Amino acid sequence: MASSNPDHFWGYRRSDGRVGIRNHVLILPTITCATQAAKRITDLVRGTVTFIHQHGCAQLGADYEQTFRTYVGMGANPNVYGVVVLGLGCETHQARSVAEEIAKIGKPVEVVSIQDHGGTLMAIAQGAKIAAQMVQDASAQLREPCPMSELIVGTECGGSDACSGLSANPAVGYVSDRIVDLGGTAIIAETTELIGAEHLLAERAVNDQVAKRVYEVINAMENRAIKMGVDIRKGNPSPGNIKGGLSTLEEKSLGAASKAGSRPLQELVNYAETPTRKGLVWMDTPGQDIEQLTGMVAGGAQIVLFTSGRGTPTGSPIAPVIKISTNTRLYETMRDNVDLNAGTIIEGLESIEQVGERIMQEIYQVASGKMTKAEILGQDDFGIWRIGSTF
Amino acid sequence: MSQTQPYKTVMLNPHDHVAVALEPIPAGSVVSVTCQGQTFSVTLNDPIDFGHKFAVVPIAKDSDVRKYGEVIGIATRDISPGEHVHVHNIEGKRARGDLRGIK
Repeated sequence: MASSNPDHFWGYRRSDGRVGIRNHVLILPTITCATQAAKRITDLVRGTVTFIHQHGCAQLGADYEQTFRTYVGMGANPNVYGVVVLGLGCETHQARSVAEEIAKIGKPVEVVSIQDHGGTLMAIAQGAKIAAQMVQDASAQLREPCPMSELIVGTECGGSDACSGLSANPAVGYVSDRIVDLGGTAIIAETTELIGAEHLLAERAVNDQVAKRVYEVINAMENRAIKMGVDIRKGNPSPGNIKGGLSTLEEKSLGAASKAGSRPLQELVNYAETPTRKGLVWMDTPGQDIEQLTGMVAGGAQIVLFTSGRGTPTGSPIAPVIKISTNTRLYETMRDNVDLNAGTIIEGLESIEQVGERIMQEIYQVASGKMTKAEILGQDDFGIWRIGSTF
Repeated sequence: MSQTQPYKTVMLNPHDHVAVALEPIPAGSVVSVTCQGQTFSVTLNDPIDFGHKFAVVPIAKDSDVRKYGEVIGIATRDISPGEHVHVHNIEGKRARGDLRGIK
């Protein structure tokens, strides 16, 4: 189907060449002890964002690395103009180390430490002063036309129902193909919810190594459930999924996989890693909505498409999340949270392609500044996929 | 007696064992399901809610159950055409830590 959409959107070109679609100043707490002070700074300085979490200390090995990579990725995301990294001082995830990594890409980054600045109030004052100047500097940067190929579009489904695999997910699959054809990147993730559909993606891998990685990450995820000695159906499909008509994880996965469209699978990246290839990329994340969202945003996704059959409020502090309902009943009952309706496919009123084109139009508009429902409601979700114990 | 009504349903692949109700359908309804030229006429034994599945062909206990042309699980008992197909009569085969050694 021919598209009337423009091939450029209005974005913020960053010093590392990447393009942001928002211009946030991020107050980045590297440790749970600093999250309350970070929140106070955002209360004082308009134009700043932050997130609450419970991590950043007494973490080891691969688990330490994954949390560190997530912090750095959030700061490095091109939707962020500049970063105030806020630490306590004695934590394992040192604010200074995180700031040094973010500084490598050339964006404004400053460190504030509660212990070094003489306590909570002094740290808030110092952080707010720095942030206020960054916000003014950020506001002086103008949007400019940028090609769609600059976009990394995350795709996600949460609160799925039996319509997910019939309406919104295939429509997102259509969009995934369109983004890839325009030279951009589309991320398929939630490894748990690809169990049972992995062969369909492995067949599309660009080479044997990528196909091998598909089975590696699927087996690793499946074995985690098996080692716990439980039927994964106790948690996935969730009670809401089951009420909606999904009976097994495989059924849910086959519906979820349709978000990946039909283009070749270029690469498989770890949680919160930035893709090195354009095209369709798989990120290894759990199915848990917020942990998946955080991984994709930390991996550089500037915008996320989120389909739901049951309805969710999910949003990110730094990346717009476009919520798409799989059925019209949800769209009508949760307008506060849902941006677009794909239920028209179920009713025979629109084709998958027509809904896909509406989503494309929304991407152009949101990438150029239109706010999503989750942004308007301040739904600043953040959650890291922890892969080790806390010590 | 039951009557055939044009209830909205979808069957995704001609190899599938199940179709999906696109609106709530009362028990006793006779529904006609068409997929790529094949038509199945089924009398529903159970009420089928929006988004839920019913069998269009007999499914034997312990055999694979197909939707999207792919395996979504295994039947835990014999299922007749027109029966609600859900967690009470099928189960997943994957990530089953409760069945150690079986995948």
